[in-house]
Amino acid sequence: MKMVKILTDKIDIPNYHKIDVYLKEGGYSTIEKALDMGQEKVISELKVSNLRGRGGAGFPTGMKWSFITNQAFPRYLTVNADEGEPGTFKDRLIMTKNPHLLIEGIILTCLTLEIETSYIYIRGEFVKEAQILEDAIAEAYEKGFLGDNVKETGKKVHLFVHRGAGAYVCGEETALINSLEGKKGQPRLKPPFPAVVGLFNKPTIVNNVETIANIPFIIKNGGQAFADIGVERNGGTRLVGVSGHINKPGVYELPMGYPLDKIIYEIAGGILNDKKLKAVIPGGSSTPVLKPDEIRDLPMDYDSLAKAGSQLGSAGVIVISEGTCMVKLLATLEKFYAHESCGQCTPCREGVPWVRDLVVRIENGGGKPGDIDKILDICDNMEGTTICPLATAAAWPAQSFIKQFRHEFEAHINQHKCPFN
Amino acid sequence: MVFKVIKMALEISKALNREIENTLKKYPNKEAALLPLLHLLQKEFGYVKKEVMELAAERLDVPYSKVKGVATFYTMYDKKPVGKYHLQICRNISCSLRGAEDVLNSVKEHLNMEVGDTNEKFTLSTVECLGACGTGPVMQVNDDYYEELTPESVKKILDSLK
Repeated sequence: MKMVKILTDKIDIPNYHKIDVYLKEGGYSTIEKALDMGQEKVISELKVSNLRGRGGAGFPTGMKWSFITNQAFPRYLTVNADEGEPGTFKDRLIMTKNPHLLIEGIILTCLTLEIETSYIYIRGEFVKEAQILEDAIAEAYEKGFLGDNVKETGKKVHLFVHRGAGAYVCGEETALINSLEGKKGQPRLKPPFPAVVGLFNKPTIVNNVETIANIPFIIKNGGQAFADIGVERNGGTRLVGVSGHINKPGVYELPMGYPLDKIIYEIAGGILNDKKLKAVIPGGSSTPVLKPDEIRDLPMDYDSLAKAGSQLGSAGVIVISEGTCMVKLLATLEKFYAHESCGQCTPCREGVPWVRDLVVRIENGGGKPGDIDKILDICDNMEGTTICPLATAAAWPAQSFIKQFRHEFEAHINQHKCPFN
Repeated sequence: MVFKVIKMALEISKALNREIENTLKKYPNKEAALLPLLHLLQKEFGYVKKEVMELAAERLDVPYSKVKGVATFYTMYDKKPVGKYHLQICRNISCSLRGAEDVLNSVKEHLNMEVGDTNEKFTLSTVECLGACGTGPVMQVNDDYYEELTPESVKKILDSLK
């Protein structure tokens, strides 16, 4: 497996976030090439690259782009920087350390898809990060990479930063669009998909920060070079965030398909305080929890994780050591999802708080014998029954925690207390 | 309109007005500027009170009910006055695995406050994931993140806030 870095290879160079340093290191060199290649060639290279959306769903980017090519004008690009899935902190690294790579990717995307206006939707709490982006964008305007005549090509590309205001659900692309329009961040029914009816009711592409930051490499080196870094159907590298009970938490750029156990024990230095591993949530808090024997030689890519019964999601690996109460941990998660439900769909608005209440009751020693099955029953009615995947995202942890650690839930109920206290 | 009573209780400075004008230029319609406008007004007037929402509605030509709906949907708009420093401690999974509860208890004890309390200097809140899970436990104070906290280090940070 080739240990290539394409997003973070240069971020330790002092002042790499400044345009002069970025230019000196060869930045912004792909614009002419993208224009020469033209839309059809760029999209075909993207398809060859096996680049899949880095927000979590893993949709092939080339295919997503192809949906907008015969739509009307104006079109919009919206970059999803709402990074809110617990356990996920990778886009923050790109935005603070490599903002011009993101901007270069945005320019390439806009030129390819004939988009003149783009927005970065960044979570509201990232005030500093938003300022770094604003400063970088101002530099890019000053050097003529953004504006009404991008590098004398006659093409227009404008880029604005839009801060959210605290709502996890806005990471869902249609909620994000509503939020950008000044509305409550409530997801829209699909279809129509954003590529047909999106921002301001115009055709819109919504891509994650990390997805867009990969575009310059693909333009420069071709789709095959990108595909070669990863594994079958999963091209390129992945920014893997490791957090929780781990010796060296952080973001690591690794080839797609790198084994999960090696990430935990070698790359991130093993389990905190020399404890034994109890469980791993591999792709952000929504993804089903796995046990230690399930992560052995498990490649971190979309297909392998799905086969193992979980998801690659946002590649936010949450490490949990022995001695942790899984019921308490699930209560933490369900409180979060209940708080973040936008309230539109009944199974989510009513179901998630109900699950939360039952889990909290079990944790506090008040659980009743039928509670575990009740939770599973409610989850069954939440999964896939709502406009957006938030209810499913709340159901998966509950279902998987119970499947993997049912004895702990039962012990709480039988002993009328948390056995870990 | 006969029923409309325009109250201009809040004064907008020239500098703020310029900032609002620049914000409006980013979007094809005024309504889209509601989130950034509420951020700006909250910064200027301390919190999103009724007059702030009325002002936003007036400025963007949207109904007050719409502004209120938006202002109450998003957690970052304060609907009550907050202290000079708004302490927001992440309670979510990665931070809690690293001891966020101990950090919170340390803050409560040090300031003699409970979650939800406000005094002249501080407001204490717990919040959901702040997106800095690799450096948890994390606390946001106004616009700043404080990371890799311990029950001891957080006290020093609190003491340094004048």
